[in-house]
Amino acid sequence: MENSVNIRQYPHKPAQVYLYGTCLVDSFYPQSGLDAIELLTKQDIEVIYPQGQTCCGQPAYNSGYQDQAKAVALHQIKQFELDIPIVVISGSCGGMMRHHYPALLADEPGIQAFCDRIYEFSEFLVHVLNIQLFDSGNKERVALHTSCAARREMGAHETSKKLLEQLSNVELVEHQYESECCGFGGTFAVKHGDISVAMVEDKTKHLLAEDTVRYISGDWGCMMNIDGALAHQKQPLRGEHIASFLLDRSVGDKGE
Amino acid sequence: MLVIKVSEFIKNVKRDLNDPQLRENFRGAMDYLMDKRQAAFTDVDEWATLKEQCKRIKQRCLLKLPHLLEQLEENLQRNGIEVHWAETTEQANEIIAKLIAKEHGKSVVKGKSMVSEEVALNDHLEQQGVECLETDMGEYIVQLAKEHPSHIIMPAIHQNKSQIGKLFVQHIDGFDYSSDVDTLIKAGRNVLRDKFCQADVGVTGVNFAVAETGTLCLVENEGNGRMCSTVPDLHIAITGIEKVIEKLDDVPPLLSLLTRSATGQAISTYFNMITHPRQPGEKDGPKAVHLVLLDNGRSQAFADEELRQTLQCIRCGACMNHCPVYTRIGGHAYGTVYPGPIGKIATPHMLGLEATNELPSASSLCGACEEVCPVGIPIPKLLLRLRKESVKPRADMPQTVKGQGGGRKPVEALIWQLWALVHKSPWLYRWSTKLLTRLSWLMPKNLGPWTTARTAPKPAAKTLHELIGENEKQGKRK
Repeated sequence: MENSVNIRQYPHKPAQVYLYGTCLVDSFYPQSGLDAIELLTKQDIEVIYPQGQTCCGQPAYNSGYQDQAKAVALHQIKQFELDIPIVVISGSCGGMMRHHYPALLADEPGIQAFCDRIYEFSEFLVHVLNIQLFDSGNKERVALHTSCAARREMGAHETSKKLLEQLSNVELVEHQYESECCGFGGTFAVKHGDISVAMVEDKTKHLLAEDTVRYISGDWGCMMNIDGALAHQKQPLRGEHIASFLLDRSVGDKGE
Repeated sequence: MLVIKVSEFIKNVKRDLNDPQLRENFRGAMDYLMDKRQAAFTDVDEWATLKEQCKRIKQRCLLKLPHLLEQLEENLQRNGIEVHWAETTEQANEIIAKLIAKEHGKSVVKGKSMVSEEVALNDHLEQQGVECLETDMGEYIVQLAKEHPSHIIMPAIHQNKSQIGKLFVQHIDGFDYSSDVDTLIKAGRNVLRDKFCQADVGVTGVNFAVAETGTLCLVENEGNGRMCSTVPDLHIAITGIEKVIEKLDDVPPLLSLLTRSATGQAISTYFNMITHPRQPGEKDGPKAVHLVLLDNGRSQAFADEELRQTLQCIRCGACMNHCPVYTRIGGHAYGTVYPGPIGKIATPHMLGLEATNELPSASSLCGACEEVCPVGIPIPKLLLRLRKESVKPRADMPQTVKGQGGGRKPVEALIWQLWALVHKSPWLYRWSTKLLTRLSWLMPKNLGPWTTARTAPKPAAKTLHELIGENEKQGKRK
């Protein structure tokens, strides 16, 4: 396994954490944020959601507008003043805040200490909480899609798999080209729409080939892309955020 | 010759994405190359160690670049190899044309050299009445088809064996159609064999130029590089200035990573070390050897500490083999000599950002290229840097990359300013996201390129900010 993730020292289980909800979840998929909070709360952790948070700055950063990204990033770090972990429910935003902020905000005092408090959701559950999941759901096969940043910057493909493996009734299937990008890439999907479409059509093809009811991911950016393509193709397969999936399994099937 | 322009990237992409045969050829070939590479790096620690070592070697050599180039020139000259400096592609062509004219050369056999593609040497020499024949099998195929290489290691990878069979029927006298690989290669080699003996000049590239000893190293699999550099009386090698390395000891690790990353081979079939022309008493070898060192924008990359990393490249092609964009659009759509991720970061220094501004943005920044790069070039980071240079106001100083601001659109710049304004003000942000969720019925079904193959995302009824705010209020009331 090739992995650029640095070996990291994990703290003991904290009493409080911040949740970074991400702009996409905020406006489009708030249930994932609520589910993440509920799951963390069940582990006896107090979750603080600062109302001042907006966006990590990645869209502007990736488009070359680094001054604008910097201004927005600077605003984020001011919303998380307590020295407690910041759990991010997106590997991509987590990667931005953990690995790109140090260079973007190089002249900001204490920036590295801030970045060291950033944890991707599945990483936090596995490495900090050492969570033990109880599976109360029905037998189910699921596929996993890990975003590229989650995989290469946060190692979330490994932690996500560890979490899913704890669920006794869940069979994780590996789809073809699992590690390949779904073609989202933020503004790339619009600027180079044709390439992006070619990529997401391949991704949906490989996911559909596994014949599962849902696929799991920790990133709504990818899922907005993949689900959008699946809906366009009139396919019933949909993505589910790993926070919602884990909560769902641990409290029993909501459909029952 | 079909001319594909980088300035028409978007158009090229559309054309090639809609060619199912081309898509299949690339996917199949890239899968094969990825598997080959993976099988060559089974020991993760060994890979990590060697990668770190090679990155350091290239960084050390780049740090001393001006000095090493002088040392290389001195030692090559001492060995009897003449050195020529070309700042531009035109200068390189002129130098080579003059060397050939001086010997009244009429025919050239060429080993595989991407730098000769970069300067478009064949076109230039043909205008001077010199016949140039590509002798690498892939390059030969591409030349017959009047195309350009679509991959830096596998120039004809865009064609499958039956397409090549048809091409040979058209161009090789007496060839009966076959799609058998061995038959095809044999037919090609038969044509080339005579040409090696008849040619006046051999042109090759260089993989590593060793400053300490004045040695030109050439990596190849077909033996054509050795033929080109030993049979004709005149051997001209051409390479970029970044190919200089300090000492012979630097070669083994770099070579090991190069062949394994490129094709999964432990070592290439041939490895040539060229140190001098034919010596008194020797029966073969060229009577004269020349090296042309090309800049063509490399010193611009060199001048900036971050962008300098571009020059660490050893041209293994692993980044393109693993690139989900390259795999789909193929090598020609780029309209550049160097396609794929490395092409996106190297070409702007050669052609400027005006012409190439679509290249840095044509990436989802997935990071597959960086993961497999044997010399640790942070390709996504350099793409981000070039995006920044591309949208900078044209007049801003310092001007690091020529064509700065080539991709700047005033409307886009304004949108990002407004975006920043909203996202650094919690009040404005909450107000606008609330508006978005309440007016979601107003959201158009057609969102341009997004909705060509996807439905538009639907805003939630209430934002997470609101929902959490409401929960907290209820909690307090309880």
